[in-house]
Amino acid sequence: MTGLSHHLIVAPILVPFVAAAILLFIDERSRVTKAMISLGATVIMLTVALLLLHMANGMENAAGNAGGVYLLGNWPAPFGIVLVLDRLSAMMLMLTATLAIPALAFSLARWHNSGAHFHTLFQLLLMGLNGAFLTGDLFNLFVFFEVMLAASYGLLLHGSGQLRVKAGLHYLVINLASALLFLVGVSLVYGTAGTLNMADLALRLPELAPDRRVFLEAGLAVLGVVFLIKAGVWPLNFWLPTAYSAAAAPVAGIFAILSKLGIYILLRLVMLTSGDGTALTEVARTVLLFGGLATITFGAIGVLASQALGRLAGYSVLVSTGTLLTIIGFGGQASASGALFYMVSSTLTIAAFFLLIELIERGQDAGASVLAVSMEVYGDADEDDADDEIGVTMPGTMAVLAVCFSACAILLSGLPPLSGFVAKFAILSGMIGSGAESDAAIGPAGWVSATLLILSGLCALIAMTRSGIRTFWASIEGTVPRVLVIEVAPVLMLLTLTLVLTIGAGPVMRYMQETTATLSEPRNYINAVFEARRIGQEAARP
Amino acid sequence: MELVLSIGIGVMTGSGVWLILRPRTYQVIVGLSLLSYAVNLFIFGVGGLKVNAPPLLGTGADVSTLADPVPQSLVLTAIVIGFATTALFLVVLLASRGLTGTDHVDGKERPK
Repeated sequence: MTGLSHHLIVAPILVPFVAAAILLFIDERSRVTKAMISLGATVIMLTVALLLLHMANGMENAAGNAGGVYLLGNWPAPFGIVLVLDRLSAMMLMLTATLAIPALAFSLARWHNSGAHFHTLFQLLLMGLNGAFLTGDLFNLFVFFEVMLAASYGLLLHGSGQLRVKAGLHYLVINLASALLFLVGVSLVYGTAGTLNMADLALRLPELAPDRRVFLEAGLAVLGVVFLIKAGVWPLNFWLPTAYSAAAAPVAGIFAILSKLGIYILLRLVMLTSGDGTALTEVARTVLLFGGLATITFGAIGVLASQALGRLAGYSVLVSTGTLLTIIGFGGQASASGALFYMVSSTLTIAAFFLLIELIERGQDAGASVLAVSMEVYGDADEDDADDEIGVTMPGTMAVLAVCFSACAILLSGLPPLSGFVAKFAILSGMIGSGAESDAAIGPAGWVSATLLILSGLCALIAMTRSGIRTFWASIEGTVPRVLVIEVAPVLMLLTLTLVLTIGAGPVMRYMQETTATLSEPRNYINAVFEARRIGQEAARP
Repeated sequence: MELVLSIGIGVMTGSGVWLILRPRTYQVIVGLSLLSYAVNLFIFGVGGLKVNAPPLLGTGADVSTLADPVPQSLVLTAIVIGFATTALFLVVLLASRGLTGTDHVDGKERPK
């Protein structure tokens, strides 16, 4: 692949970066300009992500297709830093962009006014995410991780208030400590393997002398712990529900993908090192399997125990993490493609749910809500609402909210007809059904995982029904929240996307199957990285 | 030299871990700083310890007389990022102190 389309690969990093830089120079008071620039950049990002998705989908599985490898600085692979676009990273880019637009649109109603530099931080967060999805280099991954985290600290504190500062403090310390672990892991890997390029690492792994291998494996284990913290595995996840439920609604919406970043890297590393042929991958898979099962259990108990809707959503993130980790640990292509489908579906659902919660809780008494701090913000905002009308106050607000809420409940518990069901069905049929590729007997791990998966859906259903009844039918105050069209539209958009995902489940699942097929052949990735030609070199060849 | 370096890293890591488990935000930030010093030294260490060896490559130079430049550039990046995030933490620490009136990490003192 040549020409301009090749440079599209770097666009998901450059577009938000440039937008963030421009936004810094615009005064806080010209909100409309800032909002327009931010929204425009995100729409460009979505377009680029669509094009890249198309590009990745067109790539052949055969080795030697280096179209998706971008050499930053035009240095060949093991020496320079590379960006790698394959089906998995294209899918994650697409998911980020689809999530960013509703979250941003939601914030335009009032949230982007409640603190400085919201749009700048938002764009930097997107830049960090996109960079981390694209990079093929461990240290570059660290840098993009930090860009994303630094922006997320600012966004978590957006809107201020005691609750947010407290949650932000814990979030910061946890992530600073895990960043240090990240550095320890990266330097151990460099010290033993002598490379930080993921493809090169996978290549050198089987050839290492046993005495160096110990340190390399220790380094990879430390790195794994970092990504598990980010993904929120039990027992490293007690910060997650608090932080996510304290964040402002649009921020929590986009945060839904942050925990998926950890999963993405784990999946990438496990798949890349799986050609190693030693016990390394087996150990990693076992840890992921048991960690995932424990996380599902913890998350499901948390979902049942949650009083406030925000915490319920936070624990749903954990259930989703646990499910994904379990399946990565379980292995098997059929269930892995189901897991990718589940990842997309559950991220969209949880983001929609976070946005929706804020709208619902707006109608409740400040004292009754755990999010008392954010209610204070509304108290101020409601007064100038009359002169500052962005949309029309909707009649039958409660009905719309209730419909959205039940859609979220159906999606979270994995009932038909929405995409949550399709995802769980694909996973379960890969694990215990006819979709399993081998005829071997289903082991105890399969049964336990399947049972926990179904039980976690039941827990979500019970908790959602209970909170739904309390909120919509047995509401004490009976006040109808003032909701603007621009706030309910993003929720509807996300829920419509899950509907689209259900209707288009065939093509989407085919894409996921191709993704897992590509991933299970790490040679493809390695060859692509090493065969990428420098630009000058390419011109010299006939 | 290896012994001194490893004792230094060990002592700093030990003190850092102890301090970030303490309940005061100030102790936590000092602990994080100590930990990041230890990690930076550790990154230096994985490149192999050499004295008076420049990380430069010339034609015909013997590689064994040179220092590995990659850990040095890693350490530089790590220092910058660590410094920035610690500064950010300091701001949050002060905000928390101002909002809650206490420097306890949970924003409230333990009931006596």
